[in-house]
Amino acid sequence: MRDVAVIGVGITKWGEIWKQSLRDIYVETALLALEDAGVDRVDSMYVGSMSPGLFVGQEHIGALLSDYLGQKHIPAVRVESACASGGVAVRMGFMEVASGISDAVLVSGIEKMTDVGGDEATYALGSAADQEYEGYHGLTFPGLYALIARAHMEKYGTTREQLAMVAVKNHKNGANNPNAQFPFEVTVEQVINSVKVADPLNILDCSPITDGAAAVVLVPAEKAREMKKPVIKIVGSGFATDSFALAQRKEITWLEATYLAGQRAYGMAGKKPEDLDLLEVHDCFTIAEICVTEALGVVEKGRGGAAVEAGETALEGRIPVNTSGGLKSKGHPVGATGVAQVMEVVKQLRGEAGKRQVKDPRVGMTQNMGGSGASTVCHIFEREA
Amino acid sequence: MSTPSRYWREIPQRYRKEANRCAPCDLIYFPPRLICPECGNRALEKTVLAEKGSLMTYTIIRVPPSQFKDQAPYAVGIVEMDDGVKLTGQVVDCEFDKMHTGMRLQMEFRKMYDVGHSGIICYGYKFVPEY
Amino acid sequence: MEGIVGYGAYIPRNRIKVEEIAKVWGADAPSYKKGLMLEEKSVPSPDQDTITMSVEASKNALKRANIDPVKIGAVYVGSESHPYAVKPSGTVLAEALGATPECHTADFEFACKAGTEGMFVALNLVKAGAVEFGLGVGADTSQGAPGDALEYSAAAGAAAFIFGRENLVARALETYAFMTDTPDFRRRENKYYPQHGGRFTGDPAYFKHVTGAARGILEKAGAEPQDLDYVIFHQPNGKFPLRVGKLLGFSKEQILPGWLVNKLGNTYSGSSPLGLTSTLDIAKAGDKILLISYGSGAGSDAFIFEVTDHIDKVRDLAPRTRDMLDNNKNYLEYGEYAKFRHKIRKAD
Repeated sequence: MRDVAVIGVGITKWGEIWKQSLRDIYVETALLALEDAGVDRVDSMYVGSMSPGLFVGQEHIGALLSDYLGQKHIPAVRVESACASGGVAVRMGFMEVASGISDAVLVSGIEKMTDVGGDEATYALGSAADQEYEGYHGLTFPGLYALIARAHMEKYGTTREQLAMVAVKNHKNGANNPNAQFPFEVTVEQVINSVKVADPLNILDCSPITDGAAAVVLVPAEKAREMKKPVIKIVGSGFATDSFALAQRKEITWLEATYLAGQRAYGMAGKKPEDLDLLEVHDCFTIAEICVTEALGVVEKGRGGAAVEAGETALEGRIPVNTSGGLKSKGHPVGATGVAQVMEVVKQLRGEAGKRQVKDPRVGMTQNMGGSGASTVCHIFEREA
Repeated sequence: MSTPSRYWREIPQRYRKEANRCAPCDLIYFPPRLICPECGNRALEKTVLAEKGSLMTYTIIRVPPSQFKDQAPYAVGIVEMDDGVKLTGQVVDCEFDKMHTGMRLQMEFRKMYDVGHSGIICYGYKFVPEY
Repeated sequence: MEGIVGYGAYIPRNRIKVEEIAKVWGADAPSYKKGLMLEEKSVPSPDQDTITMSVEASKNALKRANIDPVKIGAVYVGSESHPYAVKPSGTVLAEALGATPECHTADFEFACKAGTEGMFVALNLVKAGAVEFGLGVGADTSQGAPGDALEYSAAAGAAAFIFGRENLVARALETYAFMTDTPDFRRRENKYYPQHGGRFTGDPAYFKHVTGAARGILEKAGAEPQDLDYVIFHQPNGKFPLRVGKLLGFSKEQILPGWLVNKLGNTYSGSSPLGLTSTLDIAKAGDKILLISYGSGAGSDAFIFEVTDHIDKVRDLAPRTRDMLDNNKNYLEYGEYAKFRHKIRKAD
């Protein structure tokens, strides 16, 4: 297996992008990544996208987007694992370069979510849950995480305020991210008093509906070393699945797939949680970040809420989590999220994160989760000395 | 939303709670599975779920999918049945402020939603306080 | 001998008071309450209909009957509010109970008499030896037009009876039917609310048919009113069953155990059958019970049952009707009631 590095990253401003179509958003973003990488042509493409079929009625987007990007005739395919689609696309690209099949792979993630109304978007997102035994009972995505939240609160004493503090922290980081959908700060009071969505979660506990894309270019590390930029290697990749329906998990508050994906990534990288300088995790809801930090071993089981309250995961804390603003502030164009996480970690490791720069990080991790946690993909990145 | 064939296929589960069981593992699967994920056993036997259980966690859905709009706000919980199976379902006939984890519940046959004005009517189980 | 082997009831928990409805229409609540002898009525939740209530009532009947549901050879649901215009309610019920596929099913409709029609046919199929067990259910989620007198009474509930030949809760001693063509009440195809003939629904309709059926079955059985321990009449309001009872020579004591209407409303096809369940809840071995339904259009079915000592063994295997009527109630305001009953015009 060859060492793999990320040599180019690209993102455009996320939000409600009324003027651009799926293909236009994609091309604009992918060109930024190619430019950053200094390459014109790639050997193949992976596109992480959860449901272009339901959001814009367009399947087969691998071929569509390679055509519009001007990458004629290359292999191009869409990768889907619900909200983890982007992260899994990164893994596919990583494996293709590591194996020697390709020398330059463009991995991107995209979701164009506002071309349908709210009901249709809710339906599309709901299709990541068990349609027959969760959706049939009127359970929504915020509802699934609300079930986890209440169980976590009752089991570990996690407070409503601690949930809110995840949003407060991530919005504070996102306020320094010019590409974020909601680059502004919020207070605990605002979160707690925001519109109820699925008790105990309110609207400000939830990631938004977003249009957006992100792209990265992967090459063998030896090629990356020929470039002027710092070499950011993918040193660990872990992917795991779990019982599909939340009810069937052994422990409702424990994200086993995240734990296993994390362990696999740590194992490949030869790293431990203590080696990490920052993480980008899947805070689709405030409770998710709390559970993820526990499953990845960066905080003790049950202490996820307390750790946020103590500032351990703040930008200047012991282990910064979601310096980009997370899904919460940056936005959550579902399939794009996993790729944007990679981009944030690469930017941080390169020292290009501007006002939200963590001091001299060397190792960073991404965690991207599908559904209520039935699939998770993790990557560990390291800057070469 | 359910089409007639998709709905009809699930009737044994939705109407009669038909499940299956891996005898060596002493685990019940609902919906029934072809293979036990714990031991790989494919000779699973038919069984029927318990009628009663205890509420493990719940939420109040205030922003529902379109077909549930008439029912909102409504409670959805995960219920541990007395046979150990954990089920997702609505909890009805109970004021939200009286709900608590651990409360005893039993199943009732209810309407889940209508498929528009002309489609099928979808039925299934919900949970009500034990009486 | 054939008769009832299991009975069950179901009443939704929602209620609306006469005052709450009267307030909206500027009507005088005290005079309605007095005139109709009605205080409140049951209302189904948005997730309840004739089918769901039939299933729950039948499951309660099954608990008392303690039989293998696959042995039920006939399933009949009587209602004027079948959820589908075309597609049976009975198939859902039979499937939910586990009575399929060797089972005959039909949906009955005859205004408020449909429930006893199902019972009548199920019982007589058992009597004929065509089926081992037969199930007859009366259930309705009836609607009165907003502001109409019927809105104060149109209620929701279900009662189910499983008939068989052994382990009887009550023996069926006699049946009788009485009907003519009398258009006192109707709902045309695709119309949401029924229309009624006002005072024409009284003497030539309800009273004529109920007394006709009562006198007919008593004569057939060679019995007098005082030979019966209990009597249940159809209960469109509180007054009619009491008045017709008096007219026929029955005492209030015979009527009141099955008289649920003041707190329940008129559950249409479920009305007199629910009265029978609440009477069985308190009856003793040897008690004789007369049941007389009424359905507009118009006709009455009549039954005489004799309770056996087996009833004491099965009575508490399912909830009692009065308990469902009196406990865990949820009072609705008119707005919520209007929403539940789909009386609010909404965007598509």
